[in-house]
Amino acid sequence: MTDAELSDLVARSLYAVAPDVEGEPIDPNKSFRAQFEIDSMDFLNFVIGLHKATGVEILEQDYPDLQTL
Amino acid sequence: MIEFKMPSLGADMEAATLVEWFKAPGDRVERGDIIALVETQKGAIEIEVFNEGIIGEQRIQPGRKVPVGTVLATIVGPAEEEASIPAVKTTKPVEPRPQERLTRAEEAPAPATPPSLRITPAARRRAAALGISPESLAPGSDGIIGLAQVPTGPERAHRRGAGLDLDEMRKAIGAAMVRSHRDIPHYWVMHAIDATPLFEWLETQNAIRPMERRLLYIAPLMKAVALALKQVPELNGHYKDGVFRPSPAVHMGLATALRGGGLIAPAIRDADSRTVDELMDVIAELVPRARLGRLRSSEMTDGTVTLSNLGEGNADSVFPLIYPNQVAIVGCGTACPRPWVVGNAVAIRQVIQVTLAGDHRVSHGRHAAQFLTRLSELLAHPEGL
Repeated sequence: MTDAELSDLVARSLYAVAPDVEGEPIDPNKSFRAQFEIDSMDFLNFVIGLHKATGVEILEQDYPDLQTL
Repeated sequence: MIEFKMPSLGADMEAATLVEWFKAPGDRVERGDIIALVETQKGAIEIEVFNEGIIGEQRIQPGRKVPVGTVLATIVGPAEEEASIPAVKTTKPVEPRPQERLTRAEEAPAPATPPSLRITPAARRRAAALGISPESLAPGSDGIIGLAQVPTGPERAHRRGAGLDLDEMRKAIGAAMVRSHRDIPHYWVMHAIDATPLFEWLETQNAIRPMERRLLYIAPLMKAVALALKQVPELNGHYKDGVFRPSPAVHMGLATALRGGGLIAPAIRDADSRTVDELMDVIAELVPRARLGRLRSSEMTDGTVTLSNLGEGNADSVFPLIYPNQVAIVGCGTACPRPWVVGNAVAIRQVIQVTLAGDHRVSHGRHAAQFLTRLSELLAHPEGL
């Protein structure tokens, strides 16, 4: 996958858990939490979405590394 | 004949706008069926019916705003004798069942669907877009709900939570909290609880669970709060017209922040008797639906107590106001590492500051202390929750 495709995948996974922010631009340097008021429930659903789309198993201890685009 | 009236969906609601009928005159309805969508200050709410029968006359047309108590439609009971039974809620409404969690990446935000329901993905998406519960649809001759069974109503603007007007919601919250502050003689008792065993248990659990089955700490925390409340009946129920009615079950309102500033506390029924996994499923389904403004009438009215959990990375403690006509609210600050005395030494432990706000007309500080002590004991043994 190219970087652009990956960015698009992340954006789609994010909008899927927070449809009320769909279409909002994502600042790559700001945390999802700070930009979109993502809470732990949204975040869990977001990583599950990434897992389903990519097949990659994401360990809980890696969650802190998934805060920004 | 039963008069189906605009229900009161909270202490602060006076009127609401009927948006859509999901049933037509002549349609058969059962307890728990969603028959209409109304727009309130707190968003669009799906209205459930608590009687069995056949829809008679629909007296109010979509688009009209009517006061609480206005007759919306008549329901003809299945038998003549039953026709005289008043429209009182007597049984549990249909609830979302445990389902595989999430994800909207795959399907539109639809209410939980029983596994037995056979519906095509396209039909499910259209039903969700129209705000129609799949359970309310009659299957085709092959027993499957397909696109042909879903009405092709006009495109509605609910996808971005258009039912949510945050200014209106702020007014509703204001009205409820003015009433709370004016009428309820509050007291608050706070207790710092060492939740390290809970977080250690969660870490072990989540390391061996597949991603879709991982738990957030809100689920075991809610279970523990519900079990502790069960031991102190003075903190769980409703106070109305000078009388306290304790509730045998704990139906827990979960205060849910909405992006942009709204706040709503839909009820999770029987939080005390569900497993931690069931609670996790219910919360995972409920929170996104609350944010989209797609709650059901029973979720707005059934709460017997409220839990306000600030969550990770947030402030240390919260001193909440009780939602009328409830008699208590539990506020949990963020969990963070703190110096803590263990035996004769100081250790670093994960501490949550839990506050109980109670109604002095029903309880006092001793009840709160009993609750907090019990909660502390339960959180020390999370594997038993």
